[in-house]
Amino acid sequence: MTLALSTQGVDKSFGSLVVARDIAISLPQGERYALIGPNGAGKTTLINLMTGMLRPDGGRIFLGDEDITALPPAERVRLGLVRTFQINTLFPQLTALESVTLAVCERIGQAGVWWRGLPSERAAVDEAYEILKSLRLAAVCNRPTRELAYGQQRLLEIALALATRPKVLLLDEPAAGVPKDESTELFNAIAGLSKDIAILFIENDMNVVFRFASRIIVMVGGRILVEGTPAEISSDPRVREVYLGKAHHG
Amino acid sequence: MAMTASTPSTDPHAWLRRQTRWHPVEIAFWLATLLPFFLFPNYLVLASQIAITALFALSLDLILGYAGIVSLGHAAFFGLGAYASGILSKHGWGEPLTGLLFGAAVAGIVGYATSFIIARFRHLTLIMLTLGFGLLLFELANKAHWLTGGADGLQGVKIWPIFGRIQFDLWGYTAYSYALIVLFVLFLVCRRLIHSPFGLALRGIRENSVRMPAIGAPSAAHIRKIYTISAAIAGVAGALLTQTTETVALEVLSFARSADTAVMLVLGGAGMLYGGLIGSIIFMIARDQFSGIAPQYWYFWIGILLIVVVMFLPNGILGGLSTLLARWRKP
Repeated sequence: MTLALSTQGVDKSFGSLVVARDIAISLPQGERYALIGPNGAGKTTLINLMTGMLRPDGGRIFLGDEDITALPPAERVRLGLVRTFQINTLFPQLTALESVTLAVCERIGQAGVWWRGLPSERAAVDEAYEILKSLRLAAVCNRPTRELAYGQQRLLEIALALATRPKVLLLDEPAAGVPKDESTELFNAIAGLSKDIAILFIENDMNVVFRFASRIIVMVGGRILVEGTPAEISSDPRVREVYLGKAHHG
Repeated sequence: MAMTASTPSTDPHAWLRRQTRWHPVEIAFWLATLLPFFLFPNYLVLASQIAITALFALSLDLILGYAGIVSLGHAAFFGLGAYASGILSKHGWGEPLTGLLFGAAVAGIVGYATSFIIARFRHLTLIMLTLGFGLLLFELANKAHWLTGGADGLQGVKIWPIFGRIQFDLWGYTAYSYALIVLFVLFLVCRRLIHSPFGLALRGIRENSVRMPAIGAPSAAHIRKIYTISAAIAGVAGALLTQTTETVALEVLSFARSADTAVMLVLGGAGMLYGGLIGSIIFMIARDQFSGIAPQYWYFWIGILLIVVVMFLPNGILGGLSTLLARWRKP
């Protein structure tokens, strides 16, 4: 089993608040893992740690065989470790096509070119358009991002990530705020992504998690409580108690 | 939502090409810049100053309007260009075009050196850094009397005829032609730049600096690059002022110049390429007219204009006009 992404003993605290304690995760190539846990369990923090937006206090992070613990975020993206955001983090005044074209240009090293017009980057534009088409955003590709429907903006989050040709994709609640019927559609799009991409996604809707994840990691209070197949997790008494129990209290 | 993929509005290439195409209003604008030759031949000196200020405002627009780097010390580069070309000519080389290049090079090199600091900060810190750098350079030039002439200004600047033939005249005919041509050429460069992949990356930084690293973008490298280009263009503007006036006053490095230019950009509309040009035309003509009425108080009127514009036209006069135009087209 080749690992796409793995962490060893990752720790992080803010003052006395421990947000990650001895986190060890192994995400094999092409797998779809879900990361679940109650609010404040440290799921988004873990994504921030893995993508370099936060520095861990201890431990190491590997992309494939490469130790990326010390690399800045943009560098990790260029190596293939890419994330999306729980709260839309887009370019409001750029059109969907411009946004994705920008991401493609950054990947192929053309974003520093200032002496040629954007229309002459035909290959990059074509690629961006194909990505938007695959996520059914082609019809609105020339609209400014701020004018897109919320669900379309969620898809654009994923489109931007895909434009970087990720090896590992970390999706932070990709369907956050999306109505239930649209959320299934969104996860169908995610499930349809290339099997070359390993995916770790955070999601609160258990139906979605059990349907799309091959394995589930449960986090509580900055620690990994348990990891297993959907069947194992759904029958685990600790998960029932800690996770589902708390969820009922809201 | 009912649009299909075959309608022209979703053709990606056609849409992008349309963004870079010359608008008839643009052509009209550049033709109008020739009007002073025929309508106001007595104002060609003022026209040349406006063209120089417009070029400086354009350089500020590249960093402020496109990359979102707010600078209150951009006159540093204008002044560097002005002094560099002036000192070069004082020491025996008065050829204008190489003088412009020299001004651009000096300003560009200093711009590149400082860009390493600039690229690491944002917001208020950045404003204060640029402001501090501007003040520092002003006092350095003030102190270095032996090199710059200090508060007395740099004397003894002699500019040779352009191409060895065209003399600078008292009426500003050559000065305006020369400044206008340089402005237009560098405008073409800027226009190409903002419609390039690099221009798109700059807008990306302005729109969302958090997302840029998440798509693998080296934002700091982009910022260093545009800051250097902007500084070099500001240097050309400064050199133009030296060459058309054959003197350099300490004022070229002043805070007032940095602030005035930021005001022009806000008045005209930042991030629209023409905003700085429109803004400098309005500002300079207003200054000329109002200071004729009451020399001390002309900033009063600029103050009113600025307040009205930022309250009612958040994207400047140009932004207001284009909104109006869009509304008129789509009733």
